[in-house]
Amino acid sequence: MARYASVLDLIGDTPVVDVSALSPRPNVTILAKLEGRNPAGSVKDRIALALVDAAERDGLLIAGKPDQVLLEPSSGNTGIALAMVCRLRGYHLKVVLPSNVSPERRQLLDVWGAEVIDSPGAEGSNGAVRLAQRLSEENPDWVFLYQYANPANPLAHYETTGPEILRDVPEITHFVAGLGTSGTLMGAGRYLKEQRPQVKVWAVEPPSGEMVDGLRNLDDGYIPPIFLDNHGAELLDRRVVVRPRESVEWTRRLTDVGLFVGISSGAIMAGAVKCATTIPEDETATIVAMASDDGWKYLSTGAWSDDLDVVVERAKQIIYF
Amino acid sequence: MSATVRIPTVLRSTMGGVTSVVVDGATIGAVLHQLTTNFPAARGQLLNDDGTLHRFLNVYVNDDDVRYLGGVDAPVESDDEITLLPAVAGGAA
Repeated sequence: MARYASVLDLIGDTPVVDVSALSPRPNVTILAKLEGRNPAGSVKDRIALALVDAAERDGLLIAGKPDQVLLEPSSGNTGIALAMVCRLRGYHLKVVLPSNVSPERRQLLDVWGAEVIDSPGAEGSNGAVRLAQRLSEENPDWVFLYQYANPANPLAHYETTGPEILRDVPEITHFVAGLGTSGTLMGAGRYLKEQRPQVKVWAVEPPSGEMVDGLRNLDDGYIPPIFLDNHGAELLDRRVVVRPRESVEWTRRLTDVGLFVGISSGAIMAGAVKCATTIPEDETATIVAMASDDGWKYLSTGAWSDDLDVVVERAKQIIYF
Repeated sequence: MSATVRIPTVLRSTMGGVTSVVVDGATIGAVLHQLTTNFPAARGQLLNDDGTLHRFLNVYVNDDDVRYLGGVDAPVESDDEITLLPAVAGGAA
């Protein structure tokens, strides 16, 4: 079907495409799930709709009532997705955004009419979460969806992303996704393991803790509540850091198979390739890697065209993941 | 075995301000123990009283989280690079 009543009906059911031409092993198939096909441009459309729907079901938000304010810390994609949903549903969204995200992320929030509250860039997403928590306490009438702790986040992936993957790739052996709130990994990962207990779940993350200046000591650290609530440490089989250089290199290599995707998708692809190298040569495997968004929001980084060393230094200064 | 340990900003104040240090040890536990011997002020930032990893500390051998490689028993080879990273809110959000 290609006719829809609402743009929100376009969320999910994203395609997977074979990118095994980039696999380091002929016995390992790698498929990318193209979340940039979602209407607001990223995997976060899934949770934005789920978070708002859940808040309406729970009576925190009332459809049609004027002057309702939502608050959310976001390094970009959740904010953009929520802004689109809020525009359609008539809510005012305030996004707490680290000042060092790519300019396109900020512009897209403007497109959808969201209000941006800056948090210190040096404190990364941690700083945005802290500021949002404080603002929420000071403004109890604002609805704080809090994607890092809201069970509707992993549930959206349990109910949509996971079943879509199993429907389209029933032979899946490994699932590789980025670790941010952990919603994708906890939701889709748990679904896949329930249905296919042999599936291994790999988490990819940037070395963001290296760059965060806002911590006074380690006790200021942060683990997303949904990671703890879903026993994330036990659910994951492997957790790897992918650095900016490798992330940009793989973002470029993905254009060889026709994919123009964001830098975090390059990082996840690098993780998938690392995963592929662990498969013995006498075994076969099928890896599904998430491609969280498309490349448009990162053109200003010069990721595809500028000197690699220059791009890597730029990438270290922004939140691209 | 001597491995290079990369120290994040948040831990440098308790570790003499260095960005990396070369430490001997055949396992992650031995490496961390050696670090706490060299930098006693960092002990509470690295390990719990029972010798397990601090809750908000992630330790990677060649960018692989050691919690999935045997934790403090994870083996360390010569020339491995060990990275200590504080747990912070992730970026993809």
